[in-house]
Amino acid sequence: MTRRFWVFIEQNRGVMHPVASELLGVANRLVSEVADELEASGDEAVVEGILVGNDVDHVAQEAMMYGAERVYQIDDPAFEHYLNRPYTEALTFLVEKYKPEVFLIGATTLGRDLAGAVATSVKTGLTADCTKLEMGPFRKIEKKLLLATRPAFGGNVIATIVCKDHLPQMATVRPRVFETPERNPKAAGEVLKEDFKVTPEMMAANMVEFIADQKASLNLEYAEVIVSGGKGLGNPQGFELIKELADELGGVVGSSRAAVDGGWIDYEHQVGQTGKHVRPKLYVACGISGAIQHKVGMQDSDYILAINTDPNAPIFEVSTLGVVGDLYEVIPEMIKQLRAQKGASA
Amino acid sequence: MIHLLVSVKQVPDTTNIRIDPETGSMIRKGVPAILNPYDAHAVAAAAEWKKKLNGKLTVVTMGPPAAEEALQECIEMGADRAVLISDRKFAGSDTLATSYVLAEAIRKIDEDDHVDLVFFGKQAIDGDTAQVGPGVAIRLGLPLVTYAVEIKDINADECSATIIRKTESGKEIIKTSLPAALTAEKSIAEIPYAALPDLITSLKYKPEVWSADEPFAYDEAQIGLGGSPTMVAKSGSPEAHEPAETIIVEEQGLSGAVEAALGKMLSNTTVAAIVEEQK
Repeated sequence: MTRRFWVFIEQNRGVMHPVASELLGVANRLVSEVADELEASGDEAVVEGILVGNDVDHVAQEAMMYGAERVYQIDDPAFEHYLNRPYTEALTFLVEKYKPEVFLIGATTLGRDLAGAVATSVKTGLTADCTKLEMGPFRKIEKKLLLATRPAFGGNVIATIVCKDHLPQMATVRPRVFETPERNPKAAGEVLKEDFKVTPEMMAANMVEFIADQKASLNLEYAEVIVSGGKGLGNPQGFELIKELADELGGVVGSSRAAVDGGWIDYEHQVGQTGKHVRPKLYVACGISGAIQHKVGMQDSDYILAINTDPNAPIFEVSTLGVVGDLYEVIPEMIKQLRAQKGASA
Repeated sequence: MIHLLVSVKQVPDTTNIRIDPETGSMIRKGVPAILNPYDAHAVAAAAEWKKKLNGKLTVVTMGPPAAEEALQECIEMGADRAVLISDRKFAGSDTLATSYVLAEAIRKIDEDDHVDLVFFGKQAIDGDTAQVGPGVAIRLGLPLVTYAVEIKDINADECSATIIRKTESGKEIIKTSLPAALTAEKSIAEIPYAALPDLITSLKYKPEVWSADEPFAYDEAQIGLGGSPTMVAKSGSPEAHEPAETIIVEEQGLSGAVEAALGKMLSNTTVAAIVEEQK
């Protein structure tokens, strides 16, 4: 028997979304976690990529470089732009044909739209926005299950969800929750082109125009340095100071949910459970108390500096270093000292 | 007459949640229940278009009897009819079972009074799954537009709607035939102040209450815990972390504290490389 671990290879205009490579890494780890079962049963397990698009052969190759052994590809001009219905039908067709055990989808705008529809269509369980995935035992069930852990209630509760009697076990994962695996340019595998016909009925909703967003270049999720501001800024103008420090460090501006809810800054900047999951090399949290919902989105950062007037602020619990003080004093002083160092070395 | 329908959910206000440190479970007592904020904006948008097109607006929810309050709020915003689907048999429904319950209710409403556009909030703030809207749409075979930020047009004669949705890379203008479904971002409409006549109506209004058996019988294999493929294996509080080392400005003085902080940060090779790169 072949146990199939599937990853949806999200692509936009022929460019693979990095979350697909992250999930290929996860799927390969999940396969290694059932190695004992494979040895005992003689089954094999494979990581397979599911690719839907128009003229996307090169994306299939890219998926294999990140660890897909095989890619099932549905290629049709109708898939040039993402639309819920035809994509859902295409994935449903593949799931019913191959009966995968696990199916992982990136929790992007596209992936969240798609995953809920596919899970309903194939009548299985889906766990959204997982922060931890492993294959492990559950009660007395013979085979290991996908243990999908996610925050709920704004991050106040961490729950592990199983889907024990239905296949595939589906989960979505936000970009950057898991690390990008090594890219192996020599990797090769098999591409199976699937025959799937798009009907006019599936195209009842269609895109008539696309307006590119200039701000989309922010790319918070993949930034290496993020300086974030929260309610402690006291006013929206505070973000000017945040921007100044971010510029000084070559980073971008993030924010807490409170600042976004207050209308101080756009949602695109929000870090946290309901914003972006980030893992920069350096994260500076300014005037952010550290609500759980924020912490779950940034605690994977390599180095976290928190600046807050309250010595008991929960943000210090996930920080590498804390400065207890007024951000309106500390940040200008920090910029000054950083500039002085620059001047000294120039 | 155009018929708009909004599916809403009453949720605990997650900004006010407390967790029992012993059991790791949520203390529901004293946590205010609110109309899910995204749903409120969806109702506001539907109410605007109902007025514009002189149509009808129905709201539906699945929940405990107390969820009636959330429906009352929708009537205040201009809904004409509210249906509460409430039965112990629905308890424990996950998103798949919930989408079944709502889809069948909407199908029933549609049979008696054709529904043109079904609205959902983009997600509920308690679970944040964003799964129920797509699930219901697929069950009803409706074209779906998620993350809608603006309704440009609803054309009853042509049976079409033009909706703008937001993605990571920009805005998409989607033209869809009706009937269709959408999930709403908050920017789809401002929450209005309740109009006095609507306020008065809502005070007198009692939502219709449907059960698992009336006015039609649900397939019990598809509802509640038994109809839910997912189950919670375990739950608890997030891991506790040790507080970080802190430098206190009040103790070391501003320039001393910042100097000490930068010194520590730069002793980390990753941070040092970042600062070096900017030179």
